Amino acid sequence: MIMRIIFPALVLLAAINPLFFPQWDAFLTIVFAKALPVIGIILLLQAGQVSFGHAMFFAVGAYCAGFVGRWMGGGGEIVILLVAALGASVVAGLFVGIFVVRYRYIFFAMLNLAFSMVLFSLLEKFIHITGGSDGFRIARPTFFGQQLSRSDFELGVYYLALVLLVVSIYGVWRLLDSPIGHALKAIKTNETRVEYLGISPRRTLLIGYVVSAVLAGVGGAMVGVFQGIATPDYAYWTRSGEFVFVAILGGAGHVTGALAGSYVFEFIRVTAAAYLGDTWQLTLGVVLLGIILFAPSGIVGSLIKLGNRVRGVKEKRSQSSIGKAGEIA
Amino acid sequence: MQVLVLATLDGIAYGALVFLVAVGLTLVFGVMRILNVAHGSFYALGAYAAASIGGALASAGLSPWLAYPMFIVAAVLVGVVVGGLMERFLLQRIYGHEETLQLLVTFAVFMILDNAQRLIWGVQPYFYSEPLRLLGNVKIAGITYTAYQTLFLPLVALAVLFGLRWFLRYTLAGSVIVAVTEDREAATAVGINARRVFFLTFVIGVTLASLGGALASPTTSVLPGMGAEMIVLSFAVAATAGLGQIEGAAVAALMIGLGRSMAVFFAPELEVVMPYIIMVLVLLIRPEGLFGKSTARKI
Repeated sequence: MIMRIIFPALVLLAAINPLFFPQWDAFLTIVFAKALPVIGIILLLQAGQVSFGHAMFFAVGAYCAGFVGRWMGGGGEIVILLVAALGASVVAGLFVGIFVVRYRYIFFAMLNLAFSMVLFSLLEKFIHITGGSDGFRIARPTFFGQQLSRSDFELGVYYLALVLLVVSIYGVWRLLDSPIGHALKAIKTNETRVEYLGISPRRTLLIGYVVSAVLAGVGGAMVGVFQGIATPDYAYWTRSGEFVFVAILGGAGHVTGALAGSYVFEFIRVTAAAYLGDTWQLTLGVVLLGIILFAPSGIVGSLIKLGNRVRGVKEKRSQSSIGKAGEIA
Repeated sequence: MQVLVLATLDGIAYGALVFLVAVGLTLVFGVMRILNVAHGSFYALGAYAAASIGGALASAGLSPWLAYPMFIVAAVLVGVVVGGLMERFLLQRIYGHEETLQLLVTFAVFMILDNAQRLIWGVQPYFYSEPLRLLGNVKIAGITYTAYQTLFLPLVALAVLFGLRWFLRYTLAGSVIVAVTEDREAATAVGINARRVFFLTFVIGVTLASLGGALASPTTSVLPGMGAEMIVLSFAVAATAGLGQIEGAAVAALMIGLGRSMAVFFAPELEVVMPYIIMVLVLLIRPEGLFGKSTARKI
C-alpha cells in the first residue's frame, strides 16, 4: 500500500512541485538529502542497533566532495563528487564497521559516537587542511558537464536529491526483503539462533553498516554541495542524534519513515526558528518526548496502524457476518 | 622533567573531575540499565548554578569561603529538582521499553536542557575563579600549582569514591540498591520498592554530575557545549572501566585524565582524541571494559 500508492504519489507531487511552489525547493532539497542518512539509521534499527555516530559518514561525504572539487579545480563535476563521496564512505564504513559490529546495543551506539567525535576533533584541529571550525568551502561544481547559474544549479540538485532519495528508499526496501535483510531482522530477534543457522551476524551487520554509511556519505555530500560548505559540526554527535531522532519521528519500522521524519523535522526546525526564536532545539526535544511517549512507532507506523484499524474493522465485520452465516447454516 | 610533573598534576586534577561525572553515569547505568545522554547537561547545569550562586555571593558581600558549601548546595539542588523531576515524570514511563527509546528519551532531555541553558545564561562564557585563589598555591617538585586542583579536587574524588563504597556496602539503602542491581525481580519479591531505588539512584547520579560541574566551574570557563563534550568523555571513562564499575571508573578516569594531559603537552593535535584512543584500545582487547564481567549468552 505505502510503496505502491502513497510513496509514488508523493514522489510525483515532489517532481511537479517546482512548477507551482519554487520557493520550497531549497527546503525540500535539504529534506531529501537529510533523509538519506536516516534511511541508513532505519536499516540498522531493523537489526536492533542504533548508531549515535553516523554523522561521521555525513562529514566524510561532505569533506570528500569538497576535497575532490578543490583538487579538480573550480568545484569539479557533481557526479564525480558524489561517486568519490560514495567511495570514501565505503572505505570509512568498512574501517569503522569491522570494529563496531563486534558490539551490540549501548556499546554499538556509543562506540560509533566515539569514532565520530574523533573525526570531529580531527576536522577541527587540522586547520591547514580542513579549515578548522570555520569550515571548508565547497565551490559550485558543474552539473553533468554543464556550468549552470545558481538557480538552475539548485533546481538540478533538487531533482538529483529526489532521484537519489527514491533510489535509496526503493533499494533499501528491497534489501530488507532479501535474505540479507531477513538475516538483519533476525539479529534483532535472536542473534544466537542466527549463528546456529550458519549465518554470520557480524558479516551481515557489516553489510548493513556499510550500506548505511554510504547513504550517510552521499547525503552529506549533497548537503555540502548544496550549502557550499562543510563544517566540523557535520560530524558532531548531536547531529548523529538528530538522525536517530528523525528515524524515530518518521517511524523506524518502514523505510519511508525517513522521508516523513525528515520533512516534519525540518519543518519544525524552520518554523520554530522563525516564530519561537532560539528555542527550536527545545521544541524538537519536546516533540521527540511526545513521539516516544505517545506514538513510539512514529508517523508512518501510526498511519499504518490507523489504516489497519480502518480496514481491520471492515475485516472483523465481514468475518463476523461469515460466522453468523455459518451459524445459521 | 618539569613538563612531566606539570602534565601529571593536570591529569590528576582533570581525572578527578571526570571521575565525579563518570561515576554518576556508571552508577545509573549499573542500577537502571539506562545510559543517560542528558548526564552531561547536569554537569553543565551544576557549573552554571555554581557560577551564578558564586557571583551572587560576591555581590552580596558575603565571605567567599561560602563558595565551598555552596558547591554542594548547587549540586544537590540540581540533582533533587531536575534529576528528580526527570525520573518521576519521564523515566518512570519508559522502564522496560526498548533500549533505543530509552536512549532517545534522555537525548530529548539533553536537547531541552541544552537549549534551556542558552536561554537562561546566554552564550557568553562565565568565569568564576574565586575558590581557586582562596586556597592559594602549592609547590611540587619545583612547580607552582593551585592547591585547589592538586589537593582539593583529588580529595573530593577520593571522598566520593570511598563514600560510595561505604554507602553501597555498609548501609541499608546501599544494600537495597545492590540487591536491585543484582536481581530486580528477586529484590521486589522480598519487598523492596524498586521504583524508589531507581529514584534514589538517579538523584544520586545526577547530584554527582552536577557536583563535578560545580567543582569544575572555577577551573574553566563555563560556556554552552560543555555538557555535550562531557557526556562523551564520561562515557569513554565508563566504557573503558566496564559499565557499572565504580572503582574501575576511578582507574579509568585517572588513565584518561593523564593520557589527555600528556597529549596536551606532547602531542597537542591529539588532545581531544586521546580519551577515545584509550577507550578503543581497551575495548579491542577487553570488549567488556577493564573491570567489566562478561555475561553468559542466552539462546
